[in-house]
Amino acid sequence: MTDFKHKILDLLKEDARLSPQLIATMLGVTEAEVRAAIAEMENDHIILKYGTIVNWSKVDEEKVTSLIEVQITPERGRGFDAIAERIYLFPEVKSVYLMSGGYDLLVEIEGRNLREVASFVSSKLSTLESVLATKTHFILKKYKQDGVIFEEYEGDYRMLISP
Amino acid sequence: MDREDIMIETKKKSMQDYLSPLVKQIPPSGIRKFFDLVSNSKDKDIISLGVGEPDFVTPWHVREACVYSLEQGKTTYTSNAGLLELREAIAEYLDHGFQLSYNPLDQIVVTVGGSEGIDLALRALVEPGDEILIPEPTYVSYSPIAAITGGKPVGIETFAKDQFKLTAQSLKAAITPRSKILILCFPSNPTGATMTYEDLLPIARLVEEHDLLVISDEIYAELSYGQKHVSIASLPGMKDRTLVVSGFSKAFAMTGWRIGYMCGHPELIAAMLKIHQYTIMCAPVMGQIAALEALKSGLHDKDQMVESYNQRRRLVVQGFRDIGLSCHEPYGAFYAFPSIQSTGLSSEQFAERLLMESKVAVVPGHVFGKGGEGFIRCSYATSVSQLTEAIERIGYFIQKLKNV
Repeated sequence: MTDFKHKILDLLKEDARLSPQLIATMLGVTEAEVRAAIAEMENDHIILKYGTIVNWSKVDEEKVTSLIEVQITPERGRGFDAIAERIYLFPEVKSVYLMSGGYDLLVEIEGRNLREVASFVSSKLSTLESVLATKTHFILKKYKQDGVIFEEYEGDYRMLISP
Repeated sequence: MDREDIMIETKKKSMQDYLSPLVKQIPPSGIRKFFDLVSNSKDKDIISLGVGEPDFVTPWHVREACVYSLEQGKTTYTSNAGLLELREAIAEYLDHGFQLSYNPLDQIVVTVGGSEGIDLALRALVEPGDEILIPEPTYVSYSPIAAITGGKPVGIETFAKDQFKLTAQSLKAAITPRSKILILCFPSNPTGATMTYEDLLPIARLVEEHDLLVISDEIYAELSYGQKHVSIASLPGMKDRTLVVSGFSKAFAMTGWRIGYMCGHPELIAAMLKIHQYTIMCAPVMGQIAALEALKSGLHDKDQMVESYNQRRRLVVQGFRDIGLSCHEPYGAFYAFPSIQSTGLSSEQFAERLLMESKVAVVPGHVFGKGGEGFIRCSYATSVSQLTEAIERIGYFIQKLKNV
């Protein structure tokens, strides 16, 4: 990938709302070039979505997130992919990673409460034929996600005017 | 005369009478006045483009190295010249980055910020009456320190039409038989001007011809955009005539640590070290350890910060031009220096009214010496959203001025 596209991604990753015009000024190129590069990256599924990072603990609605270690038997011919797909298609599942080490898949589940998550694991996940074992860990507190620290920190302590 | 009379006599001397005339002659800092004005306003809505330091916090691995060293109990003095390991790292960094080769044993001293280097140099070199050539507008400290040492600061005006570079022509015009030192600060605070190899060459020739010394304050060296910084010390014949003063403040976002360094001819360094050892002893060990970590594994952070400044630089320069202010292209530091002459206001009037009426703080150009009047210094070391908002406010303010 070109350095130019990298720079656009770096800027959008920090603030997805930056306008193509502003990005163009900041990178010293034309707006048309930026629009074209973004469109290309959207087409290529490099840019998948423009989301918002939310600190849900500050929202009234209660949410429970858990990380589940899943051990599975890989399927002949398709390895882990087929079973991963069966798992990630559930809307409760926020992310799925194939892992090295003591287990195979790491599955992130979000539910309205503890019971909802527990019931998903026992009725949907553990019952899949190729799932050998699961280990559920509930997240108690999020400190940092996607490079964003949740607590307010590192204020601007600079003097307003300095030589 | 009895005893009481004597006591009354001595009381007549006021504190002012005790102060050194050299110190009293220094005019109060123009930036100080503006600082008070901004600080006294409790308005939370003020956006400040007046800050002369990075908006990044020192990278965590650098802070962590310092914390770890404190836990280990590294709280002692270091050698006067600074930790040898740090001086060696500085030597290697200057060699790789700027083609400057100095012996860490007798040509490099770690100082309390770059500022200490300037002070030591002038104290070590200046005799009363010596003329110190200072291209202006420039950083506010050189001229007062030169004056305290008994020297005579001679401002050399630089111009927007030359992108605020020092030209051989104006240097030549300022040189007299009493000229001794030329102080360069490129990339420049406040103009953002830089000097290329070609720009420096005729300057270096004049310096040699007139047997001058150069104090080159290269604190903004890393913040050069488009092309790499060239140190005048790297030009043929200039190494022994140049004292390079630099530090970690700007490039590594370490202003509060107060760690700088100076490099030059061993005899000059020895003389400066003599003053340093009696006045400062050594730079704080915690800061030295942090600086070492910054050099060992902070170069990538630095590159990222430079890229970010460059993006914001383009944003503000374009922004000022869009709202009708003429602004030369600043290729270094993190300042834009647009002209506000079209408004008909002095830079002080402009800055004061902009603060009061539109809540944007900038530094009026006249505080930086000759040639600064009619310009304002705007630091772009602040967030993109703040910069965009500030430029919008300045644009609105200028429109309002026109409509009156």
